[in-house]
Amino acid sequence: MRLRAAGLLLCVAVLAVSVLLSLSIGNQHFGAHDVYLALADFSGSDNDRVIRYLRVPRTAAGLLAGAALGLAGALMQGVTRNPLADPGILGVNAGAALAVVGAIGVLGVHSLTGYVWFAMGGALVATVVVYLVGAIGRGGATPVKLALAGAAISALLGSVTSAITLLDLSTLNEFRFWVVGSLTLATGPVIGQAVPFIAVGIVLALVLGRSLNQLALGDELARSLGTRVMLVRVMAGLAVVVLAGTATAIAGPIGFLGLAVPHVARTLVGADYRWILPWSMVLAPVVLLLADVVGRLVARPSELQVGIITAVIGAPVFIALVRRRRMAAL
Amino acid sequence: MRTLRVGPVSTRVDVASVVCSLVAWLLTLAVGALSLTLGDYRIPLPLVLETLSGHGTLILNDIVVNGRLPRVLVGIGVGTAFAVSGAIFQRLARNPLVSPDLIGVNAGAALAAVLMITVLGSGWIPAGALLGSLLSAIVVYLLAYRDGISGYRLVLVGIGVTAIISSVTAYLLTLADIYAAKSAVQWLAGSLAGRTWTHVVLIGAALVVLLPAALAGARQLRLLELGDDLARTLAGRVELSRGLLILVGVALAALATAAAGPIAFVALVAPQLARRLVAERVAGLLAAGALGALLVVVSDLVAREIFAPTQLPVGIVTAFLGAPYLLILMARANRIGRGG
Repeated sequence: MRLRAAGLLLCVAVLAVSVLLSLSIGNQHFGAHDVYLALADFSGSDNDRVIRYLRVPRTAAGLLAGAALGLAGALMQGVTRNPLADPGILGVNAGAALAVVGAIGVLGVHSLTGYVWFAMGGALVATVVVYLVGAIGRGGATPVKLALAGAAISALLGSVTSAITLLDLSTLNEFRFWVVGSLTLATGPVIGQAVPFIAVGIVLALVLGRSLNQLALGDELARSLGTRVMLVRVMAGLAVVVLAGTATAIAGPIGFLGLAVPHVARTLVGADYRWILPWSMVLAPVVLLLADVVGRLVARPSELQVGIITAVIGAPVFIALVRRRRMAAL
Repeated sequence: MRTLRVGPVSTRVDVASVVCSLVAWLLTLAVGALSLTLGDYRIPLPLVLETLSGHGTLILNDIVVNGRLPRVLVGIGVGTAFAVSGAIFQRLARNPLVSPDLIGVNAGAALAAVLMITVLGSGWIPAGALLGSLLSAIVVYLLAYRDGISGYRLVLVGIGVTAIISSVTAYLLTLADIYAAKSAVQWLAGSLAGRTWTHVVLIGAALVVLLPAALAGARQLRLLELGDDLARTLAGRVELSRGLLILVGVALAALATAAAGPIAFVALVAPQLARRLVAERVAGLLAAGALGALLVVVSDLVAREIFAPTQLPVGIVTAFLGAPYLLILMARANRIGRGG
């Protein structure tokens, strides 16, 4: 208990370092002192402007999207008792993406406060459909059935998305930068708009830790321990939709972060969701910010978008999980 | 199932499957003929036939023989190829939801094609797509191999590999100029627009070589469906025949993708339709192929005419037709406990 709390504090410290790295490393490098001055004593110099108007929003986007995706992944794995659950794999991101493209291309919505609702709506519909299709039949929502349903529905949503982008060149132009998953899309005010959504999602998620532990025992045992199983599922689903939907709206569909981080957390702190959830919430932005810093460095003077880095790091984790001899349910 | 004897040679013939294939081929021909008459410039059927027999005017010859005919023929060819490939994979994995779309074949082709469109120039698309899909299929197979191949592991590894490949594809799209990006997205959707006789030759040659191979492997498929242990006792080299069948399936999907882009859901839906119609437990390869051809030719006609003069890529139409069917299929497959 004390060890896990200390570890969590350590993670927060690592997160602080990642934030500092994300603020200072890039096409131009800045020292900690420059960063401090830009934040505390803004002089309007070029350096200060780069830090304040480019690096700070980018870092904030990474913090929010990372925390949201880490929690969403942990929640999904807990509720479905499925080691392969991830907003990307189960089609939640594809649903949000389609809704955003529809909002941009068909309805002409261009502000985040406009399309965050569409993203959440799309995420909600995709989640419900994937879960319903995957849960029918013998054994309920097994990992394989859910992953297949998610892949199939992502494929479907993807072709509708490309139909819309093909009919309108400017939508395609906006969309192709968004769909890779990048922290540079959202500007300061837009990120401000996302904060309340993420905050609600975080509170909702952290409250559920104890109930998820009981769900892990199986529905019947959980019920006999006094857990209202249906209520927990609905609350968790709601939190996933808010978190994954908002994260997708600010940073595009970033895959595999929500898959890999909860597994790392589980390895470190054990099967207790009261700890897995906060650890995932802190570790995921560490990974996302560091991936983003790596993306800035590997293709200089250009950049690799963070979504590509997370896919390249995260997909092998997924494949390794699949290759395990017995894919035990959580 | 009837036994057919011609002198000393005898073979078992599935009557329902043959009838179903014949009907589907006749319908395909009819729809194909119809699409030769339709377009910006309508040509009555007798005139089309006259042109096809070599007695048309120069301009009719250009429209029908060099414009519309290759498009229809490529549609028939890739429809057949995708469907047969899908049938092979579904039967190998013993899972109705498995298709080359899901196990990385299309993603590899797509990445290679986008690379060609944005970097090397479009002339190289078929070769690149072929290479790309073969490479990704090999990677998926190797990563999924562990004391043999399980259908589920193949699919799940395919999903993971597809994710990496698609993120690189998306990255390439952000580097391209917007018109190249548009033609890449068009290709990615699967399109029969502007197909020439080169494409017809490509897919025709592929079918001539691979279709007999697939049919020869059908017997092995039946054995493999009994499960590895039983198949091993009955037939021996399970891994070899499975490997060859996978190779044929991948090559069919790869060549079809090279000719027309990754047309969505054909490989998934056609074998299932065949299974329903033929009322056999497994999808007959020929019936699946015939229905695949029909599906693509009809979808392309719809794609050309629905927003005319704007043409949609055929893959969008097959996606709209295929997706609801896929959902029903998944629900059914899961309910009877065969979805995984």
